[in-house]
Amino acid sequence: MPSKTRVVTTINGEETEFLCEPRQSLLECLRDVLGLTGTKEGCNDGNCGACTVMLDGRIVTSCLVLGVEAQGSQIITVEGIAAGQELDPLQQAFLEGAALQCGICTPGFLVAAKALLDREPNPSEERIRFWLANNLCRCTGYDKIIRSIQKVAADRQEANT
Amino acid sequence: MKWVDYESPESVEGVIELLTDSSGHCKIMAGGTDALVQLRVGRSDADVIVDIKKIPELMEIKFDSSTGLTLGAAVPCHQIYENTAIQNVFPGLVDSTSLIGGTQIQGRASVGGNLCNAAPSADAIPILIAYEVTCLIAGPEGRRSVAVEDFCTGPGKNILGKNEILASLHFPLPEKNSGACYLRFIPRNEMDIAVAGVGVKVVVENDTFKSARVALASVAPTPLFVREAGEILTGQSVNDANINEAARIAKSAAKPITDMRGTAEYRKHLCEVLTRRSLQTAIARARGDQS
Repeated sequence: MPSKTRVVTTINGEETEFLCEPRQSLLECLRDVLGLTGTKEGCNDGNCGACTVMLDGRIVTSCLVLGVEAQGSQIITVEGIAAGQELDPLQQAFLEGAALQCGICTPGFLVAAKALLDREPNPSEERIRFWLANNLCRCTGYDKIIRSIQKVAADRQEANT
Repeated sequence: MKWVDYESPESVEGVIELLTDSSGHCKIMAGGTDALVQLRVGRSDADVIVDIKKIPELMEIKFDSSTGLTLGAAVPCHQIYENTAIQNVFPGLVDSTSLIGGTQIQGRASVGGNLCNAAPSADAIPILIAYEVTCLIAGPEGRRSVAVEDFCTGPGKNILGKNEILASLHFPLPEKNSGACYLRFIPRNEMDIAVAGVGVKVVVENDTFKSARVALASVAPTPLFVREAGEILTGQSVNDANINEAARIAKSAAKPITDMRGTAEYRKHLCEVLTRRSLQTAIARARGDQS
């Protein structure tokens, strides 16, 4: 058996080291090697977005990234969104707005939505919908998700005025 | 997926050496959005995954206002459509790169990878043909270049020889008063495979077409350059009758199949409609309208 690769990376602000096989996806490494099971596996071919994480400032589907590619990179998963015990405003808005039912798609939506609001504080509904085109939800019909994101954006705008 | 090794050489020469010396089968990976899926479902096989994203030349966007654009083969879509020079000079490339997959896929997928994957439906390729792109290929014998319309040879097949890779794509600087556009039809708003797609470029002077190029996606075994559709416009007035004639030529050049995404007849109809509309947008852009 050939040897595994040692990968050193920063996950949610903490330097993290893990061993993986070159064929393992970043998703497998997060869930099965590191026990970070917040990131979900849906389709495993890049269509559903459930496994979305931030990789060096861009959202990617972690099923289509190899674990070995994470060498030296910065990764943010859903576990890194809350500030300690305090939920991120998006998490709070998803809860209050009932923007989830089964919850499998939720971590991906949260990471993708956070990435959008960090770049563009006040996106239009159309912009939000296109940005999230790579995230599928089979329960809610999307409206509650979109409205929750719009609420966070609106609250922030208000807080800044 | 069976055991594979992973290599990430830092130069083009390093890749060629690896390909030449490796006893096993190497799979080149840029963004991995096609390559990893194909390996996982067994549609392709590899002993070594060769990641080319550590090679500076392949990750570079080099714009020169006198010679044009050289686009590294592994540059991801988002870096392309967020580049100011590309936004200003190559709007058709922004059209195609911003509708491939969704945000996450655009963070990884490259135009070079889309070309090498050689899908008949590839959204990036018609606009490359319209822009008269030259493919720069590196191999054990050195470098060679090929016109992009000759690059794909069949579904999933390309002109690359054994141990060769696509290094970059060269876009000549568009002439004054030129415009380009890529349009595709899918039954949804996003995240789908083209039923048909059309990329065009025009040069318009004093309400006359100085030149035009038209290329189609998803209606032949390879992306299709319809030379005659552009040639019939050359020297003609910019008017609906001439635009419609070019669209009819595109329609008759299309050789689609019927499959779950659409019938052959429907796809031919789409080629006519999309050619007309993309020409109209390209003409507006050539005239300086922001659209």
